Amino acid sequence: MQSNLPDPSLIRGLTQRRLGRRDALRMSGLSAFAMALAACGVKGTGSTAPSAPAPDAVAKYWAGKTSNGKVDFANWPLYMDPKQPELKKFTAATGVKVNYQEVIQEMGPWFAKVQPQLAAGQSIGYDLMVITNGIQFKQFVDSGFLAPLDHSKLPNYVANADKSYADTAYDKGNVYSVPWTSGITGIAYDPKKVTRPITKLADLWDPAFKGKVGMYSDTQELANFGLMALGIDPAKSTAEDWKKAATKLKEQKSAGMVRNYYDQSYVDALGKGEVWITQAWSGDIFQKNVSDGTDFKFVIPEEGGTIWTDNFAIPITAQNPLDAIKLMDFFYEVANAATLAEYINYVCPVPAAQEQIKQDAAKLTGDDKTAMEAVADSPLVFPAQSDYAKLHYYVDFKTVAEQQEFQSIFEPIVLA
Amino acid sequence: MSRSRRVLAPYLLILPGGLWLLLFFVIPMVTMLSLSLQQGDVVSGYVFTGHWQTYVDAIGNYRTQLVRSLIYGAITTIILIVLAFPVAYWIAFYGGRRKPTYLFLLLLPFFVSFVLRTISWRYILTDEGMLLGPLKDAGLLADNFNILGTPVAVIFGLVYNFLPFMVLPIYVALERIDPRVVEAARDLYADPPTAFRKVIFPLALPGVFAGVLMTFVPASSDYVNSAVLGSSSTTMIGQVIQSQYLTSSNYPTASALSFTLMAVLLVGVFAYARALGTEDVMKVAAR
Repeated sequence: MQSNLPDPSLIRGLTQRRLGRRDALRMSGLSAFAMALAACGVKGTGSTAPSAPAPDAVAKYWAGKTSNGKVDFANWPLYMDPKQPELKKFTAATGVKVNYQEVIQEMGPWFAKVQPQLAAGQSIGYDLMVITNGIQFKQFVDSGFLAPLDHSKLPNYVANADKSYADTAYDKGNVYSVPWTSGITGIAYDPKKVTRPITKLADLWDPAFKGKVGMYSDTQELANFGLMALGIDPAKSTAEDWKKAATKLKEQKSAGMVRNYYDQSYVDALGKGEVWITQAWSGDIFQKNVSDGTDFKFVIPEEGGTIWTDNFAIPITAQNPLDAIKLMDFFYEVANAATLAEYINYVCPVPAAQEQIKQDAAKLTGDDKTAMEAVADSPLVFPAQSDYAKLHYYVDFKTVAEQQEFQSIFEPIVLA
Repeated sequence: MSRSRRVLAPYLLILPGGLWLLLFFVIPMVTMLSLSLQQGDVVSGYVFTGHWQTYVDAIGNYRTQLVRSLIYGAITTIILIVLAFPVAYWIAFYGGRRKPTYLFLLLLPFFVSFVLRTISWRYILTDEGMLLGPLKDAGLLADNFNILGTPVAVIFGLVYNFLPFMVLPIYVALERIDPRVVEAARDLYADPPTAFRKVIFPLALPGVFAGVLMTFVPASSDYVNSAVLGSSSTTMIGQVIQSQYLTSSNYPTASALSFTLMAVLLVGVFAYARALGTEDVMKVAAR
């Protein structure tokens, strides 16, 4: 059928608004705005960084590096005698001055803090830092933020370190890091408030401690306890398990059990009586008891604790890497590893230090001697092979998507 | 002065301020808007994809904290008006020649960073601290009673920190009232309460309005008080944004939440200005 209507293009022209000069300007303005929006992308550094460094990466990085006589060292609180005897000894022996700062209290904030500077190739103000294996460690490596270590500059490490540390999943062959110390996440409690002995993870869900339970705000630490409470091994857990663990942790929270989710400030909260029972890192409680005369207890729950390793690493933009690696190696001298372990009571990566501590103990008398002998025999400092059976490793993420899913499951528990 | 220079003068005058705003306001805002529409992760980078879903997800996940922040902000503001008005009134009308001293005392806390002052409150209010410790020892309070970590502690902190910001604008408004106007009211047989209700309070309203602007907006987006004095059950939206930026490096979610908060506060403030019958928010606030 022939239509009576005129040419369709004429109708279109009559009914639609025509684009005037003003519209054209407005649209070009909008598209310029859209382009500006698109131009503000955040550059990542990871896509090009290979997980294994090029064979000549070490030689290339260390070529032409000179000692500057100083090193800026970023570490966690409660990780050294406040009088810093080891650092004084290091300065006396080498002439290298150490600026020691306890600026790391949780891995997430630390990575987020230094990431922009490292991505821009700028110095973060530190030449040496201590970072935990886990999500952020992988992010540091994948982003190409860590300097490859020259093992020829680490003779003490080569001679004295526990060989098992070279065979970890997070840094095989200690390419980017060497351990500072390892630790165990368990439960700490104040026996003055908690009158029965604490033995298992379920105690963190006991209504008797309503509002007096401390949990970690680090999603991995938190998730591990939720998983282990359900009898799931974190290292082997799946996304399904994570959801179940999140439900378990949400029950604990909605029942009003949890006072707060803490970074390392949980030690302070325990000291002030804000929490009576809390997730805790093994050595912290020992040091708190020594320095403040408290009598807090630390237990590895029946279901198990988690073991993690804090590692020395040199940020790629370090100003004084040569001095930093010198300090790294210094802590692998048996005598220094021994005095450090004596004070901080964390798992010592130098097995020979155990004998050294026993010798140190022999020189002492009375209570000091007993205390020192206890350190040498402590399963928290020199765990026997059988002790490791009770310890679990962190969730091992295969992909970034997996890790993001994990974060999105556990983050709302901490924040909401 | 030549004609061309006269024509250029206003533009030259606006140039420094305009550049400042462009550099430190417009560019960051556009960057943030862009960030909120990007996708990716911190290692491989974020790329602009125009992904509005981030807003939907972010608001869905953190609606509770957003609403909670607005409620805390509103409660804080109401308490502030009740507390600040008498103080400002007293200084303005009975301060005499000591007025500057009283104002100085009011501003004295600013000589120490507000973060440090908030942390000090932590020590005072803590479960076995100088306040609760003795009461618990005396058996007047249950052993597990606590103030820290509750909404009460957070709102207390907000009120404490923002009090001067409410007192000062109200004081300025009251100070400007011509005493003869009040005398005239009395001469026309208004008793003191009536004079206050019909003359003084309406004249002080612009001050109250400015005070509300200066306290409600920052109190609602504050994260320090809740972080220091609160717990996970008092988390405010500012803390969520902070943690998305500085713990998770999840820039899109953080930016989307920032924009949402800004939009909600803007709408709130304009609605409030409407309700108060003021035609121009800025005109009143600038008085």
